[in-house]
Amino acid sequence: MMPRVENAEELRVWREELVKARDPNQPIVRVCLGPGCLAQGADKVAQAFKQTIKEKKLAVEVRPLVKETGCHGFCKIGPLVNLAPSGLFYARVKPEDVESILDLSVVKGEVIERLLYSENGTQYKTAAEIPFYKMQQKIAMRNLGIIDPLDFEDVVAAGAYQAAAKALTEMTPEEVIAEVERSGLRGRGGAGFPTGRKWRTAANALARRPGPAYIVCNGDEGDPGAFMDRAIMEGDPHSVLEGLIIGAYAIGAHEGFIYVRTEYPIAVKNLRTAIKQARELGLLGKNILGTGFDFDLQINRGAGAFVCGESTALFTSIEGKPGEPRPKYIRSAEEGLWGRPTVLNNVETLANLPGIIQNGGEWYAGIGAKGNSGTKAFSLVGKVKNVGLVEVPMGVPLSRIVEEIGGGVPGKDRFKAVQTGGPSGGCIPYELKDTSVDYDSLTKAGSMMGSGGMIVMDDRDCVVDVARYFLRFLEDESCGKCLPCRLGLKGMLEFLDRFAKGKGKIEDIDELENLAQAVKDGSLCALGGSAPNPVLTTIKYFRDEYEAHIKEKKCPAGVCKDLITYRIDPDACTGCGVCAKNCPQECITGEKKKPHVIDESLCIRCGMCLDSCRFEAVKVE
Amino acid sequence: MNEKAKNKQVINFTIDGRPVQAEPGWTVLETARQYGFHIPTLCYHEAVSPSGACRLCVVEAREGKWSKVVISCMYPPYEGVEILTDSPRVQNVRKWILELLLAECPASKEIRELAAEYGVHSTRFEIKNPTEQCVLCGLCVRVCDEIVGVRALSFGSRGTSKRVTTPYMVPSEACVACGCCVAVCPTGAMKSRLDQVRGDLAERIGHAHG
Repeated sequence: MMPRVENAEELRVWREELVKARDPNQPIVRVCLGPGCLAQGADKVAQAFKQTIKEKKLAVEVRPLVKETGCHGFCKIGPLVNLAPSGLFYARVKPEDVESILDLSVVKGEVIERLLYSENGTQYKTAAEIPFYKMQQKIAMRNLGIIDPLDFEDVVAAGAYQAAAKALTEMTPEEVIAEVERSGLRGRGGAGFPTGRKWRTAANALARRPGPAYIVCNGDEGDPGAFMDRAIMEGDPHSVLEGLIIGAYAIGAHEGFIYVRTEYPIAVKNLRTAIKQARELGLLGKNILGTGFDFDLQINRGAGAFVCGESTALFTSIEGKPGEPRPKYIRSAEEGLWGRPTVLNNVETLANLPGIIQNGGEWYAGIGAKGNSGTKAFSLVGKVKNVGLVEVPMGVPLSRIVEEIGGGVPGKDRFKAVQTGGPSGGCIPYELKDTSVDYDSLTKAGSMMGSGGMIVMDDRDCVVDVARYFLRFLEDESCGKCLPCRLGLKGMLEFLDRFAKGKGKIEDIDELENLAQAVKDGSLCALGGSAPNPVLTTIKYFRDEYEAHIKEKKCPAGVCKDLITYRIDPDACTGCGVCAKNCPQECITGEKKKPHVIDESLCIRCGMCLDSCRFEAVKVE
Repeated sequence: MNEKAKNKQVINFTIDGRPVQAEPGWTVLETARQYGFHIPTLCYHEAVSPSGACRLCVVEAREGKWSKVVISCMYPPYEGVEILTDSPRVQNVRKWILELLLAECPASKEIRELAAEYGVHSTRFEIKNPTEQCVLCGLCVRVCDEIVGVRALSFGSRGTSKRVTTPYMVPSEACVACGCCVAVCPTGAMKSRLDQVRGDLAERIGHAHG
C-alpha cells in the first residue's frame, strides 16, 4: 500500500524521487493495449515479452521493463511495440517476433526491417517520423501509449495530480474558473459549450442555493465507430480523475460520478483501480492534500442505452429512474442531479484540464483556431488507409486529417464524403474538403463536431443507404418518450426504404426534408434534434443520387440491392470458376475456361462474386 | 405587498402579437389559455406534472433574429419574448405529428378529429396495428403515480416498442380500480385496457375474501 501524501509538497517530492529512481540504462518495451491492438492480439504479445524476459538470460545490464500502455493511435498496423531508449517502432508484432526483438533490437540495438512500418516506399524507424504521427499534437491523450495506466508510480512520475495540487493549494476556486474561461476550452462531448461558463453557472447557482452540488463525467461514448473516450479512460484514467478533482474544487462539489457504458469493461476496471489508488494516496476522500477540501467519486455503469449519453437522461439514469431525457429550459448547471447544481463534463474535456491549470489558459487558447482553442481527438474509421485515433489542433482542414494523416482512401484518389459527429452528425462531401475542422465550421456545413467520430466513405458507399443505416441506429436507440423522435424517425425510414427500392415520387425528397425539419424542431432532446442531420446533409450535397434512385431506379454506388444487377463481362471472364464456387445461391454457371453467366432470377446480390473475382469481370449495374 | 411591487413581478410578453402578462411560475401554455389562445395538447393535464412527450403544443419563441421551436406546456416565458402559436415552423411540426399519429393509433376517434382540425385527413405511413388507440402520452402513468399514488401503471420497454403496462406485465395488485387513468386518457385507449391492469375482478375479489 502506498503512503498517504499529506500535502502538495509531499506529492512533488515523491514524484521527484520516482523520476530519480529510474534507471536510465533500463530498456523499456511499450506494448499498446488499446482497443485496436488488443483486438489484434496485443495482450499475447505483452505476455510473451514478460515471459521471455523472465525465463531467458538476456545479455543486458538491467532487465527490460515491459509497459502495457493505452492506445498509441495507429490501430491499422497493430499490435504496436515501442522500444526505449532506441525509439524503434514496430508494427504488426506477433508473439513469435518477441524473441528476436529482444535478442536483436533490445540487446544489440539492431533494427528488424520486416517489422518496420513503411509507406510509399519509405521505411520508418521511429513513430515520430511517420506522417500519421507527425501532424498530430497531443494534449488530452498526452500519456496514451507512454505510461502504464495501472502502475501508479509510473503515472505519478509522468506528472499526474500536480495540476490538481496546484489548483487546490495555490488557486482559489474563482481563479480556477477564470483560468479555464481564459483557455476557451469547449465541451468535447459534442455541443461545444464553453466549460468555464458552465462551471461559473454552477458555482453561482450553488452560491444562491447552498447545499450539495455534483460533478459528473460523461463516459457513455455510444457513437458507432468512436473510441476516443474509451482510449482515454483505459489508457490514462488518472487524467480524468484529476480533471474531476479540479472541476469539483472550482464549483464546490464534494461528490462526483463517472458514468461509463458497461460495454467498456476495461475502462470500468482501470477507472476503478485508479479511484482506489487515488483514495489510498489521499487525492480522493477527506481533506485532500491537507487543504480541507473533501471530494469522492463513484462509478455508474450505463446499461447500454445510447440516449443515456444525453445529459438529462444520464442524470435520471444515475438517479435510478429510466434513462429518459427531460426538457432543458433550465440548465443542468443550475438544476441537474436531484435538482441540484451539476456540471457534466466529457472524458476528453476533463483530460484537457490538467494541462490548462499547469500551463495556463493563455497557453491553451494559443493552440487551435479562434473561438475553437486546443486540440480535438478523432477516431478515423471507414474507407481510409490509416484507421486509428488522432489528436490534432482545432481548425485544421478536413483533408489534412483524412488524406495526410489518414492516407486517403486505399486504392482511390479521393474520398466521397466524411461523416463527422457520429450517427447524428452530417456527411461532408469531397468538395468541402478544405472545411476547417472546428465546432462552428462543421455546424455551418450542416454537420457537427459531435464527440469526434470520422467515418470516411468512397464511391462504393450509397448516400441513401448511409442515411438509412444511421437512421435505423437512432430509431433503435430512441427512448420513445416524445412523438417526433419515436414516430418521426420511423416515418423518415419509410421514405428512405421506398427510395432504396426505387419507389416513391420525386416530390418525396422535399417531403422528407420537411419531415426531417419537423423532427429536428419538435424533438425533446438532442438525439431526435440531430437525428435528421445525415438525411438533410446527404440530400443537400447529393440530391442527384437521391433522384437517380427515384427517377432512373438506379443506385449509382451499386449498393441498394433492389436497384442493381450483377453481370459477368464475357470479354474479361477467364472462366476460372472461383465466383461459381463462392456463390451461395449456386446461380453462376459456365464451362471451364469459358465465360460464366449469372442467373439473375436466383441472384440475391450478395456481392460474393464481385469480391472473389480477380479479373474485374463482375460488373454491377 | 403593494400593487406596484406586485406588477413588477409579472412577465410581459406577446402571443401572436398580442401583449400578455404571465404570473411568476406560469408556463406559456398556462398564459395562452388564460387569454383564450387555442393550443392543442395530448399529454398535458392540469392535474399532473407536464412531461413534454406529445410535442403538439409546440410554439415558436422569437427574440430579434433568434428563433426556436419550444413546447408551451413547459416553456417559462420571459420579459419581451414573442410567442407564435401558428407559424409555418409550428404548423410543420404539428402537421407531421398528426399524420404520424394517424398511422400509429388509427383506431382513435379523438386523434382523427384532432388531425382533421389541422387539415390532416389521411396518412402515408404504414399502419401496423389497426386497433391501436394509445399515443403513449403517459397521462395514465402520471395520474396513477402523482394523484392516486399507487403506481399500478408504468412504461415498459423502450423506443418503438415502448408501451403502457403494469410492473412485470402482470395484472397489478396495486390497482384500486379508481378509473382515474380512464378519465384522463385523451384517446380512449385506457378504457379497453383497464381490465388488463386490474386483472380479473371476480378472481381478485375471490382472493380477497378467500
